[in-house]
Amino acid sequence: MSTDLARWQFATTSIYHFLFVPVTIGLAFLVAVLQTAWYRSGNLEQRRLTRFFGTLLLINVAVGVVTGLVQEFEFGMNWSDYSRFVGDVFGAPLAMEGLGAFFLESTFLGLWLFGWDRLPKKLHLACIWLVAFGSMLSAAFILAANSWMQHPVGYSVNPTTHQPQLSNVLALFTNPTFLWGYVHVILASLVTGCVVMLAVSVWYLRRGIEATAFKRSAHLALVVLIPTLGLALFVGSELGVVEDKYQPVKIAAAEAQWTNCQPCSFSAFQIGGGKSDKTPTKVIAIPDLLSFLATNSFNGKVVGLNQLQQQYTKQYGPGNYIPDVFIQYWSMRVMAYLAAGLFLLAAWGGWLLHRRRLERSKWFLRIAMWAAVVPFLMNTAGWMLTENGRQPWIVQGLMKTLQGVSPSVSSTEIWISLIVFVALYLALGAADLFLMLRYARRGLPDAEAAQPDPGAGPTAAPELAY
Amino acid sequence: MLHLHTLWYVIIAFFWTGFFVLEGFDFGVGVLHAVVGRTDEERASAIESIGPFWDGNEVWLVVAGAATFAAFPAWYATMFSALYLALLLILAGLMVRGVSFEFRSKLSDPRWRRTWTWATIVGSALVPLLIGIGLGDLLHGLPIDSKHEFTGNFFDLLTPYGLWTGVTLLAVSLLHGATFLMLKTTGAVRERSTRAARVLVWPVAAVVLGFVVWTRITAGDHLASPLMALVVFAVLGTGYLVYAHQEGWAFAGSAVTMAAAVIAIFVGLYPNVIVSSTNHAYNLTVSNSSSAKYALTVMTVVAIVFVPLVLLYQGWSYHVFRARVGGPTDTAETPAPPAPPGASLKT
Repeated sequence: MSTDLARWQFATTSIYHFLFVPVTIGLAFLVAVLQTAWYRSGNLEQRRLTRFFGTLLLINVAVGVVTGLVQEFEFGMNWSDYSRFVGDVFGAPLAMEGLGAFFLESTFLGLWLFGWDRLPKKLHLACIWLVAFGSMLSAAFILAANSWMQHPVGYSVNPTTHQPQLSNVLALFTNPTFLWGYVHVILASLVTGCVVMLAVSVWYLRRGIEATAFKRSAHLALVVLIPTLGLALFVGSELGVVEDKYQPVKIAAAEAQWTNCQPCSFSAFQIGGGKSDKTPTKVIAIPDLLSFLATNSFNGKVVGLNQLQQQYTKQYGPGNYIPDVFIQYWSMRVMAYLAAGLFLLAAWGGWLLHRRRLERSKWFLRIAMWAAVVPFLMNTAGWMLTENGRQPWIVQGLMKTLQGVSPSVSSTEIWISLIVFVALYLALGAADLFLMLRYARRGLPDAEAAQPDPGAGPTAAPELAY
Repeated sequence: MLHLHTLWYVIIAFFWTGFFVLEGFDFGVGVLHAVVGRTDEERASAIESIGPFWDGNEVWLVVAGAATFAAFPAWYATMFSALYLALLLILAGLMVRGVSFEFRSKLSDPRWRRTWTWATIVGSALVPLLIGIGLGDLLHGLPIDSKHEFTGNFFDLLTPYGLWTGVTLLAVSLLHGATFLMLKTTGAVRERSTRAARVLVWPVAAVVLGFVVWTRITAGDHLASPLMALVVFAVLGTGYLVYAHQEGWAFAGSAVTMAAAVIAIFVGLYPNVIVSSTNHAYNLTVSNSSSAKYALTVMTVVAIVFVPLVLLYQGWSYHVFRARVGGPTDTAETPAPPAPPGASLKT
């Protein structure tokens, strides 16, 4: 009971947190690009765009930061036995994240936000780049920690305490799961930022407000989106190969592949095939594709869940070693299909851009606006695939999730905290969305307001300050 | 030879001290902003005085927590699961407070503003109070069994010494916020901040005095007399400086008070990290809760590289925004305005 509740709580809070993280990483980068363009050209329109998207960035950062605090504390609160067991290894990247990235991100965000008229232009530009860099750096540390849970490396087991101890810190950062996973997350974050920027821009283009400025930002968003999305698809598929090597259950479950196969067809859609019903009733199958996705060879072998279950029972003792197949199968497909759909949309946008017809294509503008929700669904599905696929382990092969919860925390307490977090998150989410929409529709700051007043001007940009 | 786990205890105490010295005035400003600012504009300028800093200051708390996780996993595990509901309230307080700064200004509707003003006040008061209770509990002792598991409930967290520590850290945060506002604002806000500091300083001194005596009784000889003397001297000195109109020095005084008070808790606690009120044999100590040598060595290298860097750029950001809020920006360099508005208070 406690374990289920603690899992629900972690899933809820981390999924929620990760709605804001990729927007922050993606938009910080794009705002830095916009400001660089302004710095180079001196074009006021670019400055106004920088400020406009900077405000959207800040509203998100506020929620991202405070929900991140919950994540940091939650390990000790709900998962104290886990923390005790793995702290020697897992704690290090977390502490590095705080010291190396959080300080950088937050301090330079303050400098950027309040430094418009205080800092020399070049230094001020450097601040937003450091914010963007800091946000990407923090993702590196937390993913190194998470990758260790997926594929533990760089540790040795203490013979007396039987606990893992860090023995090679570099191994944490050269872990193949980390390298591929990190690049995948950064690309997905850039995609998220681009799609949000595109959606806001086309909203204006549809209405013909500030069309020249927002054509610029739509252009930037598409130019970054097309290659990053293509790369994200490629890296994601390579990550699947890496995971199939170290966590074969995760991939077999994502394909609802119960028996060994070689070559394996890819099930594009099916009904059934879950735990109680291992033979799916309807399959649209693409021959050999699963082999390729899992092993990079059209004739590769994928070991089935039944065989893996047998193998793990022999290795780790009796128990269920298969994660929820339904979640695996569908989170994989939601992520991949949406990504493919988004890619088509981006390609369409690229073509329209090339033909200089972007602002006139009614259907593209309409669809691109609603596409804003897509990356959030993709990101969530991706994390469900990753985290659910590790179950029943909290650290693959070392500790089961069941063993990680806090023995001293009652289920009543977890209920209370779950309710409090959900209530707070709903309220914050509503306020955030409300502000985002309002500010997104409010338009660019005036040319005058964007023009720095050399006299006794306000200390911060009016639309950014308190 | 200095043990690595002792070094890490010192580093963690340093992070907590940094957190309270820096975020302490943010808490104080958060609570006082509606007192020293009557109009919407004045309140906004009070909040703006901490605008560029508060987010970076809060990272000190995150780092204190994460460093505890890395260097003393057992301490982190027991402390965070024992303080469960208190931490939930702390997180709720930090959340509403954190977004309140950002959200408040975004709409001019009075109801919206009032809501976030209250979020700022309540969050800013709750957090130092509750963290203080938690830190006090470590020293006072909590029911902890031989497996280092907490066996009590929420009400066991409300130890008398813990409560007093919480009140002390809240009180010093208020004073610290008032001296910060004296230093960083102009006009009516600055005047009211001076008045607030004057009203606050002697009651705060009394609370601090009680805290010092109580800490000495709880910790025994662990707590060195010079440190106790420093806490008392600093708070009394702050009182003198607040009345003497030495704004910069008064702020330094409240900073030293805060630092010395937090350090006193950690000096009193060492070599324990959590005292067990069930049986002292079950105490968590620096040696029985720390990570192994390799992890601590890695973290030491990381700290040696990053801590000075962080101090450098955070220090620089304080330098960039050294001017008073609401004043003309071009007077940033002048050390003191010709006629301090607070002077009128003397008459």
